[in-house]
Amino acid sequence: MLEQNRNNHKLTIDARGVTIKFGTFTAVNQVSLTVSQGEVFGLLGPNGSGKTTLIRGLCGLLPLAEGAATVLGQDVATSAESVRTHIGYMSQKFSLYEDLTAQENMDFYSGIYGLTPREAKERQDDLVDMSGLGPYLERRAGRLSGGWKQRLALVCALLHQPKLIFLDEPTAGIDPVARRDLWNLLFRLSAEGISLVVTTHYMDEAERCARVGYIYMANLLAIGTPHDLKQMPGVTPPGTRWLEIFSHDSAALLEELRQRPGVRQATIFGQSVHALVDEDQNAATLGLDEKHVLETEPSLEDVFVTISRAQGMAAK
Amino acid sequence: MTNRFSAQRTYSVARKEFLHIIRDPATLFFSLFIPVFELFMLGYAIDTNVRYIRTVVFDAANTKDSEDLLRAFENSQDFRIVRQVYSETDLSQAIVAGKARVGIIIPENFSRNLEAGRTATIKVVVDGSESSIATAAIGDSNAITLRESLKRIFGERQVPMDVSPQILFNPDTRSANFFIPGLMVVMCQMMAIMLSANAIVREKENGTLEQLFMTPVRAGELILGKLIPYLVLTFVEFCTILLLMRIVFQVEIAGHVQTLLALTLPFVFTMLGLGLWISTQVGTREAAGQMAMGTMMPSIFLSGYVFPLDSMPAFFWYVAQIFPTTWLIDAARGVILRGAGIAELWVHSVVLWSMGIAMFTLAMLKFHKRLT
Ligand SMILES: Nc1ncnc2c1ncn2[C@@H]1O[C@H](COP(=O)(O)OP(=O)(O)OP(=O)(O)O)[C@@H](O)[C@H]1O
Ligand SMILES: [Mg+2]
Repeated sequence: MLEQNRNNHKLTIDARGVTIKFGTFTAVNQVSLTVSQGEVFGLLGPNGSGKTTLIRGLCGLLPLAEGAATVLGQDVATSAESVRTHIGYMSQKFSLYEDLTAQENMDFYSGIYGLTPREAKERQDDLVDMSGLGPYLERRAGRLSGGWKQRLALVCALLHQPKLIFLDEPTAGIDPVARRDLWNLLFRLSAEGISLVVTTHYMDEAERCARVGYIYMANLLAIGTPHDLKQMPGVTPPGTRWLEIFSHDSAALLEELRQRPGVRQATIFGQSVHALVDEDQNAATLGLDEKHVLETEPSLEDVFVTISRAQGMAAK
Repeated sequence: MTNRFSAQRTYSVARKEFLHIIRDPATLFFSLFIPVFELFMLGYAIDTNVRYIRTVVFDAANTKDSEDLLRAFENSQDFRIVRQVYSETDLSQAIVAGKARVGIIIPENFSRNLEAGRTATIKVVVDGSESSIATAAIGDSNAITLRESLKRIFGERQVPMDVSPQILFNPDTRSANFFIPGLMVVMCQMMAIMLSANAIVREKENGTLEQLFMTPVRAGELILGKLIPYLVLTFVEFCTILLLMRIVFQVEIAGHVQTLLALTLPFVFTMLGLGLWISTQVGTREAAGQMAMGTMMPSIFLSGYVFPLDSMPAFFWYVAQIFPTTWLIDAARGVILRGAGIAELWVHSVVLWSMGIAMFTLAMLKFHKRLT
């Protein structure tokens, strides 16, 4: 029973102290994380924090300066080639052949992955069905719109039935509907037991991940379920609480709140303002209408902003 | 899990590369058209044999003797008299102005000297700024006056000695026969280097190489698959020029075409390997183009394509031997003009194959399936 349990929770990725350097510059510093089977793992962090570099390292495309990573049970440093046969990878930049049609791109990758013509046909039919690419197969990849390009890229990354897929900002620059469709696809894959590592800058996407990791200046500052991250002690220090304050002019409210001594931090959050305040503060002390003030838990964005700031302070 | 060489993956890469070629008709057209254009240019416009040199004449003697001599000059076809002047100053001016390359001055006492049995000297003024014309003009005018002198001395009697020149291979000494075999080689070189360097660098630029590195495709399969279509294309090019040379320019191929193709194969390999090596060194197509030009230029100038190797200083002669271009041009002229076979050209064959293998190995060693 126990043994079986362990197998079910077999780790797809087990990175221990992974460090990646470009010359003397450390792009990824001592990152340890795990991803289990079927999990959707979100990787977040500002531009240049090292997300893409970490993914490349985990695929064996870049050498690890320190640490080790086991991916699908094999060490990436020594068996990158065989690990890659079970990994799908969708790079941040669209990287299919723009002068080839969607169909030709699929055929090329089917051939490269060694699928027999029959396997290729079956697999392509399934994936085209699932992604709805059907009407666009004869169109050159370069002439597809952003959303369809991403779906085609995903299809090409799935042809060889990988057990793990890395998606580097798959939804950057595509419209909300296409974004939702793509995420629905990802959840279907996850339900089939495929593990996914997704980088994104969208908080709503992060909320949908089973677990997220937050990278800031090469360091992994936080890792856990979105719920866990919001409970991190550093995010709500003792003696403080989070308030959500509604206003018709949130920009003016933000300015005003930032002047007040009892307010430690405030950011606009859609129609409202999220503020980290001293515990003794309330609607009355802040001079606000009680109807507009709610106690709330921090958003993921609050979490990331707070821990980045704390890290920045510590660095100084 | 072992990952052995796979013909299927190689084929997939080759097929894809072939699609790239046909999807980009502009590149295809220009890579085939430019050599043909150059062929016609060289074949029709350029003649390195110096003929009909523009000549200005100042005939101060103005006698029958001087007229005969000038006619001898014109009949030689080496000179073409474009202008008569009546003073030495006018003659110099015509040359300075570029109206003529050569000036012939026949002094007033020309016939008198002849009759008196003294040497009648004529003056030939040569514009030295184009050295090949100057050399030809001096040689030709010496020969003509010598012939005329002999006629006077021996009259109808036989000349005691004579040369009967027999030009083997290329009897009309046509430039086309000399240039086109070289052109074929140089064009192939250009095409093979450019295409293979671009084939990999383009994927680097577009980020598609990163995606390819994620697949099980092996470096060897990738390279082989990419180069096969370009090998074919280069051979198509080579054969096109060969055909045009034979049909349009009437250059007979004295030897066997197979011999020529067999020697071209390792050469094209070397050039594809060189292009591959370039693509491992740079990240953009622009840089690749510059690097390709940089490696091509010296090999074109020192290969004997334009300037004969035999008249190079020893140092450059040795340098020239390291370029495969030198070897193939020599072999191509051998096969086409002299009818040489593998028996005469086996050294060329060994050298070309060795260079091909060495270059390819070097490029393969430099090509890693990893991002840098
Ligand atoms: N090939 C490289 N050589 C040198 N430095 C690099 C290289 N690739 C990335 N870097 C640097 O490493 C750092 C991390 O880059 P990375 O692309 O991993 O960031 P990222 O988190 O993916 O950012 P983004 O959100 O913009 O995609 C950056 O400072 C970047 O400049
Ligand atoms: Mg990135």
